[in-house]
Amino acid sequence: MAYKILGKDHTPPDIEAKVTGRARYAEDFRADGMVFVKLLSSPMPHARVTNIDTSKAKKVPGFIAVLDASELKPSKGGAAHEILSNNPAFVGQPILAVAAETEQAAADAVEAIELDLEPLPFVIDPLDSLKPGGPNAIVGGNVANRRGVDFQEIKWSGKDFALAGEDRLPMGKTPIDWQFGDLEAKFKESALVLEESFVSSAHAHHALEPRSAAAYWENGKVHVWGSTQSSSFAVPSLAGYLGMKPQDVVLISEFCGGGFGGKGYSYPVMAIPALMSKKLGGRPVMMRISRAEEYYNGSARAGFQGWVKVGFGADGRVKAIDAFVVQDNGSTGGFWDFQNFGDASSVVFQPEAMRYRGIPVLTNTPPKGPQRGPGENQTANIMEPLMTKAALKLGLDPLQLRMVNSPGGGGEGAKIGAKQTPITSAYLKDALAQGAKLFNYEERRKNGPQRIGNKIRAVGIGQCYHSAGAKGFDGLVRITTDGVLHIHTGVGNLGTYSYMDTSKVAAEILGYDWNRCVIERGGSPANMPWNLGQFGSNTSFTMTRTNYVAATAAKDLLLDIAAQSLGGSPNDYELANETVVAKAGGKSMSFAECAKKAIELGGKYDGHTLDEDLNPMTKASATAVAGTGLVAAAKDKLPLGGTVAGLAAAFIEIELDTETGRVEVVDYLGIPDVGTVLHPKGLAAQVRSAAVMGFGAAGTERLVYDPEYGRPGVRGLYQAKPPSYLDVPANIGASYVEGAIDPHNPVGAKGMGEPVMGAASSAYLDAITVALDGHVFNRVPVVADMIINHLNNQPQSHKPLQVNCQ
Amino acid sequence: MTDMMHAFELIQPQTLDEASDLLKKHKEDAWVIAGGKDSLDWFKDRVKRPEIVLDIAQIKELHGISDQGDHIAIGAMTTLTEIAESALIKEAFPALASAASRIASPQIRNVGTIGGNICQDTRCSYYRDGFPCYRAGGNTCYANTPTAMNREHTLFEAKRCVAVTPSDAAPVLSVLDAEMVIARGGKVRSVKAAEFFVGPEIDIERMTAVERDKGDLLVQIKIPKTWAGSKQYFEKAADRQAWDFALVNVAMAAKVASDGTIEKLQIACGAVQCTPRRLSNVEDLVVGEKPSDDLGVLIERVASQGAKPLNYNHFKIPLMGKLARRAVGSLSA
Repeated sequence: MAYKILGKDHTPPDIEAKVTGRARYAEDFRADGMVFVKLLSSPMPHARVTNIDTSKAKKVPGFIAVLDASELKPSKGGAAHEILSNNPAFVGQPILAVAAETEQAAADAVEAIELDLEPLPFVIDPLDSLKPGGPNAIVGGNVANRRGVDFQEIKWSGKDFALAGEDRLPMGKTPIDWQFGDLEAKFKESALVLEESFVSSAHAHHALEPRSAAAYWENGKVHVWGSTQSSSFAVPSLAGYLGMKPQDVVLISEFCGGGFGGKGYSYPVMAIPALMSKKLGGRPVMMRISRAEEYYNGSARAGFQGWVKVGFGADGRVKAIDAFVVQDNGSTGGFWDFQNFGDASSVVFQPEAMRYRGIPVLTNTPPKGPQRGPGENQTANIMEPLMTKAALKLGLDPLQLRMVNSPGGGGEGAKIGAKQTPITSAYLKDALAQGAKLFNYEERRKNGPQRIGNKIRAVGIGQCYHSAGAKGFDGLVRITTDGVLHIHTGVGNLGTYSYMDTSKVAAEILGYDWNRCVIERGGSPANMPWNLGQFGSNTSFTMTRTNYVAATAAKDLLLDIAAQSLGGSPNDYELANETVVAKAGGKSMSFAECAKKAIELGGKYDGHTLDEDLNPMTKASATAVAGTGLVAAAKDKLPLGGTVAGLAAAFIEIELDTETGRVEVVDYLGIPDVGTVLHPKGLAAQVRSAAVMGFGAAGTERLVYDPEYGRPGVRGLYQAKPPSYLDVPANIGASYVEGAIDPHNPVGAKGMGEPVMGAASSAYLDAITVALDGHVFNRVPVVADMIINHLNNQPQSHKPLQVNCQ
Repeated sequence: MTDMMHAFELIQPQTLDEASDLLKKHKEDAWVIAGGKDSLDWFKDRVKRPEIVLDIAQIKELHGISDQGDHIAIGAMTTLTEIAESALIKEAFPALASAASRIASPQIRNVGTIGGNICQDTRCSYYRDGFPCYRAGGNTCYANTPTAMNREHTLFEAKRCVAVTPSDAAPVLSVLDAEMVIARGGKVRSVKAAEFFVGPEIDIERMTAVERDKGDLLVQIKIPKTWAGSKQYFEKAADRQAWDFALVNVAMAAKVASDGTIEKLQIACGAVQCTPRRLSNVEDLVVGEKPSDDLGVLIERVASQGAKPLNYNHFKIPLMGKLARRAVGSLSA
């Protein structure tokens, strides 16, 4: 379908402020009488606070107040992520907050507090906690996850560990265990079976903007300047931390300096300024989070220790997968990355039979949260090099093996997960085919890895999946009496500009000139509808639907108003050039005139009467703008017949220095399956930025802990090692699958922000396997010293299943 | 963790004499700040908290690169970008220009100085995190335990502390026989590179001959023209191409006869011990030889002899050998 606005490049309305420095992030705000908060955090990985003496702190000039855990609502216990804690379970967990007239005085007062801690047993390696008598990260339990796994204690038997030995994953009882198909039969009929234990390191989000926040109270409402990648979705969770109703929370979130999943919803430290402000009678409070605090209290991608067995037919078809994942869950509820291993493997490789087992184990490390492709990207990083290893053993081209398995051609018959339910669309095979052509794969691959002096050139392939959409959220649009379309959005400003891209659908449906549209965004003051969080891949699919239904509702109102004003029935009219015109010709009414008429009519026309099934947030927002024009709010009740499959493929050429272990990316192409392209430049930026992030995840980034002290060794960007612009090629290729469309989205669109990262990282790792003649490290990231040790026939520094080490 | 510096008195002397007087007066209470890229981290973490901070950026004689006939003088406050882009340095000492261009990141190089680079403290993450180790005045080394994370630490000359020199410029200055000019109480002295960089066996709480408690101030680096125009080499192996410290780096200066025979050669590695490590085994091996594959094999064999790897850094042994081989191999190009 030809679109007037979709698929075209537009300048996001906030970009000028970003590039000129006028954009104001949470810590840029100041207010008269503002006070400053600093945190006293745990120096130990697990402890109990036995005494807090603030007498000296109170004598520090400028000291105002202390807020500690005893003043907050009682913890739910278990693995709950507490705002302030007297039972800290990771280094850097906030114990109390100090407010002072200046930030320096607050820091001085924090230093003057005498804190007594009783050290408790701690654990940073999940397997240590699973051993009989192993330490628990939280008193009373060692296993929990926010999705489907209650706080509990699980210990494996000594026999479980003895059977495995030191180099193979022990496999005891797990809370998650599912299977489809006849696994045993499929392994028996396999021509090749690979069985590997693996480690995928945890690594930080390290958003450029730390999670600073500020707050004040006014007329019973709390106003919070927060750093969040979601706007409307962040409000209920923040209200929950504050023990308030969502309608009493005013969240200002106009800009966000990076989230990568770590700021998808609100988080505990965001609540601290609001709680301190309440204690101080509403006085404005600013809390600036340092880079080190961001590493402690930000979140991190969960690490995996795992085992996988894959059976292949002689043609490369994946017959069976048996997978087992132990997740480093941190000390809180974490995220369900480990469960996504099962889904992702089942989608990308479409195995004929599969078993998946997983267990999330609590450790005394920073909270783990979703990071771009949570679980799916770790899956790709482990599985893709195995595909190439299998291909080389079977005498197949690695691309050929993938083409045999990957879902494509729309995804007819493709299934996902334990229950083998359908997916909405899939063009992964098409991505491989089109990408191979664009990347000139056959020519590059023809002679295998090329040795040039001390370097090896090799080509790799990556693939990845992420669930990419939902239904049931709301849209809100408004036409004011000047005829301008106002598109209200609760999508956050993550940096992907999808708040704009999804808003374009409303303009498209109503036939607007994009220059006469205003996006109302930036948090509660923009009167947001209830939108899904800005979870990368999900936004495009989900909020194109909400804007579609809201614009369609507006269209119906416009036709209705014209019929009432000009005679006839709504079916006698159509929209053209921001005017309602009679199909028979002659009569017309501009949108501006319709808006005036809507106010005159009131009721459902100007927002005074709303559908009952709208979310309370949408109702409140629509009510706030009621009477300002034609107001249309609608809930997305469009059908959704399966899991939305965000998919991506990637091709890479690397140059591996056999002497220094350095891997240089020579060329790269990311090619996602996105259905209809909403914004070509935005899409290309996502593909490129995901590639940079993927290269870091594959080659340099990891969390490191001293196992004796539980001390984190990464608390700065230079230690965390995300790639710099000098570490990536100047030109990173970005494309998309031509001819793809998702039939479950009214404009055929779906997201891809997350799988393009996993495709990039897995392609990077796959190319290393190609360069090293099929050697698979089974560990992510593959750092220089691992390559050096391998090529010099030296043992690796780490044991095969060791985690959080260098 | 605070990201909030303690309160201190900032003094910005305009002349060297003024700075010397202030250092003489305040001694260990004063802290000299050059580009600030090392100092401000310490202050923000409140691990170091001097009462007086001397910002020496205003002292004109500490800036600039000049040809002094028999040597080239580089003011301690000369930025790394200025060195990397200096035609004089690029012509006479290309290894130094190359090293300067690989230090930190382009942004840091614009404010980071050569004096700050060679005087910066070690990057041992335990020490930086405020652990009370030997170097911090305590009685143990946390980076050298059976389970410590020490990928970036020493192969040689541990002596209670296993931290390494973080400077990319240091091994270059070592092979170029540079001298560091240090002012103290109105007098100046020159210290050869071999004595300037100090290991834990001499003083575990400092890494250079600059003694804060005695009011020392590094003012200039003099590089004799002994090696000007010689064949030089610098390479840094690191995880990233910017904003990273070396896993191992190598610097070399050599004089080669017209038939390709190596007449004279000095080579050093950084990030393998507390000071730049001269590879005397390699120097002894290659003088009188012509670069060849056979020679390369021997270089690899001897470059890291005597290494005592820790838990996570035995990869540095072959890496040292390869880098040394590459350096000498560059002479045949």
